Amino acid sequence: MAILEVRHLQKTFDHTQVLRDISFSMEKGSTLSLIGSSGSGKTTLLRCLNFLETPDEGQILVSGEVLFDASVPATRKEQEIRKKRLHFGLVFQSFNLFPQYTALENVMLARELLAREQPDYKQRKKQIREQIEAEGVQLLEQMGLRDRMGNYPHQLSGGQCQRVAIARALALKPDILCFDEPTSALDPELTGEVLKVIRELAERDTTMIIVTHEMAFARDVADTVIFMDDGRICEQGDPKEVFANPKEERTRQFLASHRT
Amino acid sequence: MNMAQIWEQMPIVIGALNTGFLQTLKLFFVTLIGAFPLGLLIAFGSMSRFRPLSYLTRVIVWIVRGSPLMIQLLIIYYFPGLVLGNPIWGGGEQGRFLAAATAFIINYACYFSEIYRGGIQGIPRGQEEAGLVLGMTRSQIFLKVKLLQMIKAIVPPMSNEIITLVKDTSLARIIALQEIIWAGQAFMKGSQGISGAIWPLFFTAVYYLVCNGILTILLGRLEKRLGYFR
Ligand SMILES: Nc1ncnc2c1ncn2[C@@H]1O[C@H](COP(=O)(O)OP(=O)(O)O)[C@@H](O)[C@H]1O
Ligand SMILES: [Mg+2]
Repeated sequence: MAILEVRHLQKTFDHTQVLRDISFSMEKGSTLSLIGSSGSGKTTLLRCLNFLETPDEGQILVSGEVLFDASVPATRKEQEIRKKRLHFGLVFQSFNLFPQYTALENVMLARELLAREQPDYKQRKKQIREQIEAEGVQLLEQMGLRDRMGNYPHQLSGGQCQRVAIARALALKPDILCFDEPTSALDPELTGEVLKVIRELAERDTTMIIVTHEMAFARDVADTVIFMDDGRICEQGDPKEVFANPKEERTRQFLASHRT
Repeated sequence: MNMAQIWEQMPIVIGALNTGFLQTLKLFFVTLIGAFPLGLLIAFGSMSRFRPLSYLTRVIVWIVRGSPLMIQLLIIYYFPGLVLGNPIWGGGEQGRFLAAATAFIINYACYFSEIYRGGIQGIPRGQEEAGLVLGMTRSQIFLKVKLLQMIKAIVPPMSNEIITLVKDTSLARIIALQEIIWAGQAFMKGSQGISGAIWPLFFTAVYYLVCNGILTILLGRLEKRLGYFR
């Protein structure tokens, strides 16, 4: 069964339609790269999946469970949404780390707050917190940030911040991790270190949707590529195939202007 | 007037000025205690999505910030008695203090509200979104993510207002509140066997300077303590 299935999503912002009948699905452990020119709706799609925007039409299913259905008002309630959005993680272009917390605290904060809702939190407080910390440390080590755990965001480079943000998202063990242009805010010499950790995640079969303008990366890392144009999915398929022989004229034009 | 005479008058004057300064400090602290929360309410009002409420609060804030505090003091003190025929404040020192505190709290709450608003709106939208995506509730996001960033942003402008407030308390002299200026002036007309002495009035400045010196150091420390993040 598909881990994610998106059916007929539509989204309109004051009279301009930004998403038009978006449908796709992806398998567990696969990586999807999402490409398309600026303004084509990529960010809006990721924000819909993370419930930061509410689609006007359509459904979102994770492992067969309907998380969102525009025609069922109950699925739009804030209370419901909070738990459901945990199926997804989102890494922002601008990191959005919490400045008053260290790298490790950034990674641990949401886990700790969630743990407080467990019925046995009071009795097992120490044990639970130690485990959250151990997992946080391990994630930061995996991101190559062993020496940086106690640093505050302003003491880190952009590439390090983005890797902390990735660890923070992974800490909640989302089913699907979304990246919105994770290297666009970085100096060119720092993009490599971020792309490297995302590649490693792909090798560990993390289910990911990656919006990126790094075309070579989009082609190499993904199992499937989707090209969006003006709010539509214009073309999708095997990245090698789509990049070598685009079927649609729009895709061809886009790729021609983004030759690496 | 010679130094020997001043030296002789000193104990009496200091005693009177201390009493006056206590009233000054009382007005200062009562204003802060009242204006901190009221300012927050006004800030929420001015940011309300309910248009009539936000317009109304903004107009009030504009009027209060755009007119002299001294006039506000006079209106609040005299209006109920002279115009409405209902002297709610009573005649004594306590009545004057209540009127002064009311005027100061309203005035300073309006200034604070603008500072709070700047602090709240200055936090990037991405902080809230990052919290939401991590499954935090709105109140967790406010308490654990935004609040400290807000406090950090408002401490410097608040420090300015607080130091201004120390000096502004002297305006309460206009309704004869027995604060330190009033106490110093009393020795010009004559009080406790001293008359025609202007130096006690000038000497009150030392009290303001010492008080503001201490406040500057304390607020500077707070600012420094919040300097560990950006
Ligand atoms: N909150 C919003 N209000 C109005 N229009 C928006 C909003 N967010 C995005 N848009 C518009 O939607 C379109 C798609 O934006 P976006 O999803 O950010 O595209 P992309 O990420 O592919 O560059 C753009 O034309 C943008 O101006
Ligand atoms: Mg975008």
